Amino acid sequence: MKGFISQIESFGTVDGPGIRLVVFFQGCPLRCKYCHNPETWKIGGGEEISSDEILELYEKNRVFYSKGGITATGGEPLLQADFLIDLFQKAKKADIHTCLDTSGIVFNRNNSENLKTIEKILEVTDLVMLDIKHIDSQKHKALTGSGNENILDFARFVSEKGVKMMIRHVVVPGITDEPKDLVKLGRFIGKLKTVVALDVLPYHTLGVHKYRGLNIPYPLEGVPQTSQEEAITARNYILYGIKESR
Amino acid sequence: MSDRNYEGWEGFEHGTWVREINLRSFINHNYTPYDGDEAFLEGPTETTKELWNQVLELSKEEREKGGVLDMDTKVISTITSHGPGYLNKDKEKIVGFQTDKPFKRALMPYGGIRMAEKACSDNGYTVDPEISEFFKVHRKTHNAGVFDAYTPEMRACRSSHIITGLPDAYGRGRIIGDYRRVALYGVDRLIEDKEEQKQTTRSTMYAEIIRDREELSEQIRALHQLKEMAMSYGFDISKPAKNTQEAIQWLYFGYLGAIKEQNGAAMSLGRTATFLDIYAERDLKNGTFTESEIQEMVDHFIMKLRLVKFARTPEYNALFSGDPQWVTESLAGMLVDGRHLVTKMTYRYIHTLENLGAAPEPNLTVLWSTRLPENFKRYCAKISIETSSLQYENDDMMRITRGDDYAIACCVSSMKIGKEMQFFGARANLAKCLLYAINGGVDEVSRKQVGPEYLPITSEYLDYDEVMHKYDAMMRWLAEVYVNTLNIIHYMHDKYCYERLQMALHDKDVKRWFATGIAGLSVVADSLSAIKYAKVKVIRDETGLAVDYEVEGDFPKYGNDDDRVDSIARNIVHIFMEHIRKNHTYREGVPTTSILTITSNVVYGKATGSTPDGRKAGEPFAPGANPMHKRDTHGAVASLASVSKLSYLDAQDGISNTFSIIPGALGKEDRIFTGDIDVDLECLNGACVSPTLFEGLDAD
Repeated sequence: MKGFISQIESFGTVDGPGIRLVVFFQGCPLRCKYCHNPETWKIGGGEEISSDEILELYEKNRVFYSKGGITATGGEPLLQADFLIDLFQKAKKADIHTCLDTSGIVFNRNNSENLKTIEKILEVTDLVMLDIKHIDSQKHKALTGSGNENILDFARFVSEKGVKMMIRHVVVPGITDEPKDLVKLGRFIGKLKTVVALDVLPYHTLGVHKYRGLNIPYPLEGVPQTSQEEAITARNYILYGIKESR
Repeated sequence: MSDRNYEGWEGFEHGTWVREINLRSFINHNYTPYDGDEAFLEGPTETTKELWNQVLELSKEEREKGGVLDMDTKVISTITSHGPGYLNKDKEKIVGFQTDKPFKRALMPYGGIRMAEKACSDNGYTVDPEISEFFKVHRKTHNAGVFDAYTPEMRACRSSHIITGLPDAYGRGRIIGDYRRVALYGVDRLIEDKEEQKQTTRSTMYAEIIRDREELSEQIRALHQLKEMAMSYGFDISKPAKNTQEAIQWLYFGYLGAIKEQNGAAMSLGRTATFLDIYAERDLKNGTFTESEIQEMVDHFIMKLRLVKFARTPEYNALFSGDPQWVTESLAGMLVDGRHLVTKMTYRYIHTLENLGAAPEPNLTVLWSTRLPENFKRYCAKISIETSSLQYENDDMMRITRGDDYAIACCVSSMKIGKEMQFFGARANLAKCLLYAINGGVDEVSRKQVGPEYLPITSEYLDYDEVMHKYDAMMRWLAEVYVNTLNIIHYMHDKYCYERLQMALHDKDVKRWFATGIAGLSVVADSLSAIKYAKVKVIRDETGLAVDYEVEGDFPKYGNDDDRVDSIARNIVHIFMEHIRKNHTYREGVPTTSILTITSNVVYGKATGSTPDGRKAGEPFAPGANPMHKRDTHGAVASLASVSKLSYLDAQDGISNTFSIIPGALGKEDRIFTGDIDVDLECLNGACVSPTLFEGLDAD
């Protein structure tokens, strides 16, 4: 089966454990203001690549990936669910660690077909990396264009299914660094049973040049980068919330 | 030779090494592998700190004086030319400098008097006119000999930079004496061995036999002088070393004798740590020395290696991007019987980077195997992160052809110690060669007919098959003129600038690697890929000379793990190497090649016109076997995978890939795993977060 792929990075060290082959899926329903991969937004763009070709890339250099695996990111990998299932099923057959980096936005518990698909994906996923961009749904909508109900529900579902999860949160000054929200986020995370890691990232502007290249106005023009210290403070608020709810 | 016994051998397990000069046997029988961690290591002593501060002070003075503190302009440097030199005689545990004082550079004219004169004059000194005259009128140098024999074609290749960096005006280096022999056997035994070698040469006096006998006589003379030099420091090195301090000192004298006579392009040390550890283990066991005392000796030894200095010209330093000596020491690695060669001494050497601070010399090189002990791997990683001063090379690959007692000369050239040596061969510019193929041997910069006058390509667009056909012929020509140029160089170097002491520390029958080198590989691979997979239009000037290229469309680029172009790179190395192999080599040298222009890629790029890959005239090549800058777009694994497809058997002198990465791209440090969460929560009780902020927050 073939999927639409924006890019493949052979030496991924920040998208899951170990050195990983990172597959950037093309297409995303969200428009996060701080997104540093705007080239992956457009649905239907990218290059058509088969799951076998991706696995071949992996196998060729398997020795590099001995403590890593494959990460599906994007874009939003769940938009190409059938292709993702095909890729991860083949990966698991080859004993490769699989990591799904998703926003969870396409999850819908009330749709039985959707539920079945997500279940199928989670069966072949070793680690979910879930970006919770904002705990407050309205603020989430202002930041990304959508509310966060599906996302939070997806987190609960992953927890129910017993799949390991890493939660990520990007700290943007004035947008996602409000202490009360961070503590709330922590409380939510604290109730999930399968969280193995928390990754609090300082907002950076490394992706800005891509916007210029694509002729898209940069939504966070003028917002300063987050310092390491600010990110640590934010992390501590989240940890506080986690502790409180446990 | 019959069995011997010496006081210095007390307690050592005997083996073949007792009957013949055989360091590998000695190490195999006597060394103690160390699997522990670095906890046993000792810091610098007060004496070490004091001496090192003195060195830092002198280094500062040297920098302030413009890079050279003092030069000898009157005394021709030999093993015995200079009296003893010290930093502080009473405090140095290991002694010896190249001249009579530290930081004073010696005068070594045998490679070429002009280079020696220029090295002086560029630094504000003048060689004694009598010496200049002597070497111009009465005593020929290597450089003069080479130019007497060069053909006009060789000179043209040299000045147009299609062959570059030739060791025809300076010492070729790259030879590693087995300096351990001095410590284990003492010089008398080595002289005895050489006398026996001389007695057993064939008796019909062919030129080769005469040369052998003359060289052996020179070697014996050098060994006698080595004893004399050591004696000037108050040491009798005629007998084997009796303890760690003597072993280090004897070994260092051997190396010192070599660098007093030879200003080679790389004067590497060998593989000494595990050897010396055998003495340290014995001394620790007998209570002769403490760990701290042994570390002090090692620190002082390494300090000396950091102070190796040669008189060189600014051009030389520009070519090598600095003033490198390549005092390479090879560490760790595995024995073929499966044991690893990590000892406490391996740690002590690396630990000098902590005791004395980071430094590029000596070039500490870890022969890496996946099977090295975990503790040692961790320690290496830690020191690499802290100092960026360790080099790593693949022992698992080199051990197959070099066994387990080889060392690295310079940065990547491997050779069995005391059994193999190398004729250093600089490199041929394969990118320029491609342009010669297109232009029928006319140099695109000088416009002179340098190569053979083959038919140039006249079509508007380049055709892959036509280019390959012509390129193959041009490479055949280049390989021939290149190897023959090197034949002259090494003949003359042996004749006028023979490395008598280094060769005295070799076996009689030495395998000689005939090294060559390649520059511009990724430019060639991408150019041929562009010609094959895109359209390359030739821009010609009014005389019809191709001076630029326009690439229409995209093409696979080397460095992205794409077999279409990676196979071209691999193939070019193979074809060129096969052409090299077709030629006669001086002294039965076994041809090898290297792809390792780590720093000179800028200089080679400057001398080369625009290439069909879109690179403009004068722009740098990529270093070594690296993909071209910014053309590898699929991440490091893909980039490294392309390089790793080159066949090591075609480039046994080494393949280098320069790789830098920002620490943040190697992984995250700010990630909190749940295992850590409790620990971090402690912080919340302190000042990190004010609890009042949470008042009034509703629980979900």
